[in-house]
Amino acid sequence: MTASLNLLIGVSLIYVAFLFAVAFAAERAAVRGRSGWLRTPLVYTLSLSIYCTAWTFYGAVGYAARSGMEYVTIYLGPSLVMIGWWWVLRKLVRIGRSQRVTSVADLISARYGKSNTLAIVVTVMAVVGVTPYIALQLQSVTLALSAFAGPPAADGSAGLNMLSSGFWVAAGLAVFTVLFGTRNLNANERHDGVVIAIAVEAVVKLVALIAVGIFVVWGIAGGVRPMMEQIDASALGTWQVDRSRWAALTVLSAAAFLCLPRMFQVLVVENDDERHVQIASWAFPVYLMLMSLFVVPIAVVGLNLLPPGSNPDLFVVSVPLAEGRTGLAVLSFLGGFSSATSMVIVATLALSTMVSNHVVMPIYLSLKPGGASMSGDVRSVILRARRLSILLIIALGYLYYVLSGGSGALAAIGLISFAGVAQFLPAMLGGIFWRGATRVGALSGLCLGFAIWVYASLLPSFGQGAVLPASFFEVGPWGIGWLRPYAFFGIEGIDPTVHAVLWSLLLNTCVFVVGSLLSFPKPLERLQGAQFVNVFDHSGQARGWHASVAASEDLMIMAQRILGAAEAQALFRAAAREQGMIGHLPEPNPAFLERLERELSASVGTATAHAMVSQMVGAASVSVEDLLAVADESAQMLEYSSQLETKSAELSRTAGQLREANDKLTQLSVQKDAFLGQISHELRTPMTSIRAFSEIMRDAEGLSAAEKTKYASIIHVEAIRLTRLLDDLLDLSVLENGQVSLNPATGRLDAVLDHAVITAGASGDGRLRIVRHKTTADTMLTTDMDRLGQVFINLITNAQKYCRAEAPQLEISVRATPDMLRVEFRDNGTPIPDAARALIFEKFARVAEGDGSGAGLGLAICREIMARLGGDISHVPQASGNLFVVQMPRAAALAAQ
Amino acid sequence: MARGPSSPVFLERRSYRRRRMQDAQRLLPVLGLMLWMVPTLWPSGDEAGHVAMSGVIYYIFGVWCVLIGLSAWLWRGLRRSAEDAASDPKHDP
Repeated sequence: MTASLNLLIGVSLIYVAFLFAVAFAAERAAVRGRSGWLRTPLVYTLSLSIYCTAWTFYGAVGYAARSGMEYVTIYLGPSLVMIGWWWVLRKLVRIGRSQRVTSVADLISARYGKSNTLAIVVTVMAVVGVTPYIALQLQSVTLALSAFAGPPAADGSAGLNMLSSGFWVAAGLAVFTVLFGTRNLNANERHDGVVIAIAVEAVVKLVALIAVGIFVVWGIAGGVRPMMEQIDASALGTWQVDRSRWAALTVLSAAAFLCLPRMFQVLVVENDDERHVQIASWAFPVYLMLMSLFVVPIAVVGLNLLPPGSNPDLFVVSVPLAEGRTGLAVLSFLGGFSSATSMVIVATLALSTMVSNHVVMPIYLSLKPGGASMSGDVRSVILRARRLSILLIIALGYLYYVLSGGSGALAAIGLISFAGVAQFLPAMLGGIFWRGATRVGALSGLCLGFAIWVYASLLPSFGQGAVLPASFFEVGPWGIGWLRPYAFFGIEGIDPTVHAVLWSLLLNTCVFVVGSLLSFPKPLERLQGAQFVNVFDHSGQARGWHASVAASEDLMIMAQRILGAAEAQALFRAAAREQGMIGHLPEPNPAFLERLERELSASVGTATAHAMVSQMVGAASVSVEDLLAVADESAQMLEYSSQLETKSAELSRTAGQLREANDKLTQLSVQKDAFLGQISHELRTPMTSIRAFSEIMRDAEGLSAAEKTKYASIIHVEAIRLTRLLDDLLDLSVLENGQVSLNPATGRLDAVLDHAVITAGASGDGRLRIVRHKTTADTMLTTDMDRLGQVFINLITNAQKYCRAEAPQLEISVRATPDMLRVEFRDNGTPIPDAARALIFEKFARVAEGDGSGAGLGLAICREIMARLGGDISHVPQASGNLFVVQMPRAAALAAQ
Repeated sequence: MARGPSSPVFLERRSYRRRRMQDAQRLLPVLGLMLWMVPTLWPSGDEAGHVAMSGVIYYIFGVWCVLIGLSAWLWRGLRRSAEDAASDPKHDP
């Protein structure tokens, strides 16, 4: 037996070397660009066969021997998923391609706003969930080896040491995977060599299983009909099924087919062409059908042929061995070995990608404050992280194998794994079909589902009392009956697997939905949600980079570290060429940054790539959050600028006012100059006369007394005129400066008018006839009577002076309203021309050449007085004559006070 | 499937056929699921009128073959009509 064991190890090593050669050749071909044949629908379909692991190869027969047809449910679920590719796979593949998804964790994280928390949770769940599966592979290969080594003797001397051989199998697989999968960091996370090797292994395991099947059916049983008779006569001869398990396992296997990290890797990440999925939609069910076709015959023949108590999981190997067909047995062993190795390679590769992208790199990046450009060789960090995670994952698998005793039925172990990874299903399907799914919902659903799975499926798998105390199963934890691992809510009698699957998925989904309904997604989540759900409407990229600040050199340095120098340079050169630039560095425009991020995300995951480019580009990166921050800032700026605008409007208003004031001042200055000119003129005229006549009187001799009297009186008149002018000026200046003091008194308007007429009449030549309408002239009023009288005198005097009519006449009439008084002075003289009317109330304005006795201040003074008395004086144009209207309140407000 | 407002109300015969084949493709997994759940209705174990294992094997693998055959046939038909109607812009209704 030892010889055949050595032979087996030798054959395995040769087989591994052969796989290496195939992978190496494939990668060489891919590098040379002749990878067309590497990416055919056939290779894609065969690569899907990693679904059929050692569980299928060895375990299915054992499963059939124990539970009849139930084993087939594990293949019905995936067949339905493939046949129904249009529903889920088509969308998953399109999303995977358009978003450059690298793993199932990446998919879920990207969907829910590139949440790294979610990615870490999914990664941890996947690692824990797949651990039993890896253990299953170790166990099956070890079992197969033990079959060659012969059954363990009663004294334990001859048998294979299960633990140590398990260890060596694990170590061998680890080395194999590290060598295979992490020799380089592929630019798009695809592994041409690995895929080809898997395809070869798929053929080997199919051929091996069919060979054993054909040998059993035609070699031992003697044809199909006798075989069927033998089956019907055996212990498995009647249809026996646990109906709940039948349905639950079909659903579970379908879910696991989509959610298993390694299946996601080959289905979505390694997919090269969406049309391959369509072909695989019928080709892969063919493969599955062929793999399960001979399971029952082998099981029945094994049960009949081998002594009772032999492990049914080993029938595939032990039946040919028992029949002396060592060659077939070796082939069969190779088939099982292929199943185990391909599964372990892809599963650990997928998981190590997740671990390095979602756990190691974020931690590494956050520990390096300088950012990726400052850090060491990121590429080597990633590779090291992946190798370590591969070792870790296989070590975990070995640990599970040791802890579980390496004795459980393969299928039972596999189902635990399935139930674990199936927890991704609600978040995954919800994410691609329901825009309302949120990160909070996904996170809570995943965590709850995972917790239930650990409690109801994983921990009990070590045996009652091993991890969970036996009391948990009898009375529940701390006596809480409804929390018993196999009887939640007190519902007993459900099959433990169905129980765990049912409750974990049900509560997972419920919490996911409720959490999503109650929470509000962040903008990036909503954006990604729309991108995922409506992927067929727009398969574009999710986000944009804001241009500019990113320094191309920094990006180049970073890209070189991750993609490798040659690839990075090629990428940058190509981009520069596309932009029409000479040289190696392209403009870091949004399109280029997006493309670079996609390339990087293939190596380090979307979240990490996003973070790295963000670091490079600095604050100019535009995630939606950033955009919102920018929007906030611009809102603030808008507000600020509107404040500025207000201020500036204020300022310009003030400037306008200042300009007006300035204009006024200039005007005033001009007025003042004019006034001074006027006043000096007005003063000079009388002064000239006075000087002239006084000189005559002084110098001329022999003046008669009459002449002297005449000249003296002229001087006197001129002096009076000067005095009056100065009085008027003083008066006006006092009035204008508001320094006048008014003496309000109550009196009759009539009296004021009488007094004015008498006073004016005294100075006039008596020609003017004054007509009084005394109807309402006895009206009482309260005002400064003297000042008002001054106004009236002025008006009457003006009429006396300027009325050039044949029979000058002045009508004075009064109209009274309850609070206003209106006194009209209407003469029959020449009307004041329109042009002059505006000027008559100005200082020194004289309309017509009069007797020269007036200085033109009278009306100006009147206007000022009336303003002080709270009324006004105006000139109303008439067809003939002039009308001056004086209006005032009955009780003057006396504006000056 | 809601169609855009620009979609024609009536399709020409060939496109119509293609749409129906796509419908069939979509419904195929439902058919498969129903057929494969039928065994849960059969009497099991020692219940009266039990079904022989060979019959079960024939049934399940028979369904499998039918599904595969239909799926492959639909794939071929759709591929051919897709090649024929390459100019039709509405590949994804």
